[in-house]
Amino acid sequence: MIFEGLSERLQETFKKLRGHGKLTEDDVNEAMRDVRMALLEADVNFKVVKDFVKKVKERAIGQEVLETLTPAQVVIKIVNEELTALMGGTQSKLNISSVPPTIIMMVGLQGAGKTTTAGKLALSLRKQGKHPLLVADDIYRPAAVKQLEVLGKQLDIPVFSMEAGTDAVTIAKESVPYANSHAADVIIIDTAGRLHINEELMQELTSIKSEVKPHEILLVVDAMTGQDAVNVAESFNGSLGLDGIVMTKMDGDARGGAALSVKAVTGCPIKFVGMGEKLEALEPFYPDRMASRILGMGDVLSLIEKAQDVYDIETAQKMEKKLRKDEFTLDDFLDQLQQVRKMGSFEQILGMLPGMGNIKKQLEGVDVDFNGKEIKHIEAIIRSMTPQERADISVINGSRRKRIAAGSGTRVQDVNKIIKQFAEMKKMMKKMKKMQKSPMGLGRFKLPFMH
Amino acid sequence: MGFFDRLKKGLTRTRETLTAKIGTAVLGYADISDDLLDEIEEILIMADVGVSTTEKLMQEVRKGIKKKEIHTPADLKPFLENKITEILLEGGAGVRMAAVGPTVILIVGVNGAGKTTTIGKLSAFYNYYGKKVMLAAADTFRAAAIDQLEIWGKRTGAEVIKHEEGSDPAAVVFDAVKAAKARGIDILIVDTAGRLQTKTNLMSELEKINRVVGREIPGAPHETLLVLDATTGQNAVSQAKLFTQSAPVTGVVLTKLDGTAKGGVVIGIKSELSIPIKWIGVGEGIEDLRPFSAEEYSKALFDK
Repeated sequence: MIFEGLSERLQETFKKLRGHGKLTEDDVNEAMRDVRMALLEADVNFKVVKDFVKKVKERAIGQEVLETLTPAQVVIKIVNEELTALMGGTQSKLNISSVPPTIIMMVGLQGAGKTTTAGKLALSLRKQGKHPLLVADDIYRPAAVKQLEVLGKQLDIPVFSMEAGTDAVTIAKESVPYANSHAADVIIIDTAGRLHINEELMQELTSIKSEVKPHEILLVVDAMTGQDAVNVAESFNGSLGLDGIVMTKMDGDARGGAALSVKAVTGCPIKFVGMGEKLEALEPFYPDRMASRILGMGDVLSLIEKAQDVYDIETAQKMEKKLRKDEFTLDDFLDQLQQVRKMGSFEQILGMLPGMGNIKKQLEGVDVDFNGKEIKHIEAIIRSMTPQERADISVINGSRRKRIAAGSGTRVQDVNKIIKQFAEMKKMMKKMKKMQKSPMGLGRFKLPFMH
Repeated sequence: MGFFDRLKKGLTRTRETLTAKIGTAVLGYADISDDLLDEIEEILIMADVGVSTTEKLMQEVRKGIKKKEIHTPADLKPFLENKITEILLEGGAGVRMAAVGPTVILIVGVNGAGKTTTIGKLSAFYNYYGKKVMLAAADTFRAAAIDQLEIWGKRTGAEVIKHEEGSDPAAVVFDAVKAAKARGIDILIVDTAGRLQTKTNLMSELEKINRVVGREIPGAPHETLLVLDATTGQNAVSQAKLFTQSAPVTGVVLTKLDGTAKGGVVIGIKSELSIPIKWIGVGEGIEDLRPFSAEEYSKALFDK
């Protein structure tokens, strides 16, 4: 299973181990297979995985398994720590020159997201009080200059371009005096996407570099990149000497193992991540969150932030109480469904939670479509019930079901299905409550709808 | 240079990292050992064949050893070549065309996969074969996407139907379908905005486009092609799965297979997606996108 988290897998492996004590070499070997597969499936480069696994193994053998933790948890903890360390430990910032203008050069493969990132970066710099200038230096892709100009207009940030036919080196060179005379203190050069093996185009980048001497060369990497990420990063770093990396399209469901590979082979810090299509969606990089994501342990912190955006504390507390006292009703069910939808698709949310692999599978069995039409049907059905029915589904007998179906324009089967699903949901919530008591479960955070 | 030679050239690095490496690996061992098998596994994964396909292939190898089909390390290479060719040849599929009226091809994919460029090349391909091509600019989101498509339209002699940036893509498609029918167009290619497959609202927009096309021309879209960047790793599987939920994908266009070492990804995609690869792009030239032929590909890959 591709999307199964490492934690579940390790738990499975260690099931056969009884009791506590020291981790033996055999135990660890078995576990390292899982770690290896999880990393490979997250697109971490094979060589990087090999080195990494070796390191973790050395640390894990002979580790004491403390009373409160299971062997799986001990291994995960080590893996997580090592991953975070490998990913750079702390955040790193842009090099801003003391003498303006600061020159930033964006490079990467075609379709990595350079132009969009250039726009996002300009916006974020302006928010910090800078005066950026965007330079349209992609002279190859049709309408690339236009794309940057449109972005510039949207953001109200000046764009420097020259007439068609001008070579990329000249455009970059001319942008510097232009910036100086127009009081811009940061120049962001958007170069054309190119293959790292295209010598002619790589030569063009080296020429731009020696001409304008950028303070910061950022490699833009698509989070979905596979094994080849290493070669790309190595070539770009070899010919240009990179200062930082931007991972894009991190708002999708890619695990983003490429981040690890790229960091490991270039030693360059990852400075930003692109989290969406909106121009504000450029965020600083958090190594610890990335580590959890690669391991499929769920991006709990991001989820909590998302949840905080959507829920107000008061509602959350009310809900928590209800769930604890088992007073969760169909009204609340409807309410929660709508709240959850605001946070994204249900699958996506489950993906962000650690230890949710099993529940996700169960949900597939239950066959709930949390999107679109189905929600509308559920809404209609619940709204056709009396308050008494909503509070206690056990009173809904045959004739009531018929009435509800007629009232909501659905069939009795549909009504039955909702009632059944609701009952299943309640059951599942009880299970989650139990899980919370285990240390690796949900205990470390609280979400209103699953408390 | 013919397309086969270009394909072969495009796969040079893949041959070096996959085929040639397996050749070298087996030379280093007198007997079949776990170390050798580990090394083979490593080579497959490094060539982006994919984790589960690699596992599948390694299981075949182990079975082959048990069944005495493989005796010495030297037997490994032809054995793997056969198995890989089998995967490639499985369930080939041609391009679906409309019996009468315009054939509608819907192009979908994540951001930056190369959709618009692919459309330009497809348009050139059909234009070359004397088809009347029309392009629908339904990427109304990305800045200058419409301009980009118009440039391709001009280059390849195809009419472009467009609205303003930011308008409803389904409305553009509606107009395009009407126009295509009225003007006797053979092939209507619909460009859509790049979207990550996890964005629910964008995926329902795609669903709507798909619905509009189907309502105006029964049986359309005749092809829904998922444009996949060959650099993509394991996420390709998720893309194929989730896009199909909104607009049933009939084939994959694999782009940017140009000269880098990632040609192995074709094997993984074939075996894991259960969606046929229909087109591959092996270079930046307008003639570098061609219908995918499994025979040619495996020949080029193994230098036969």
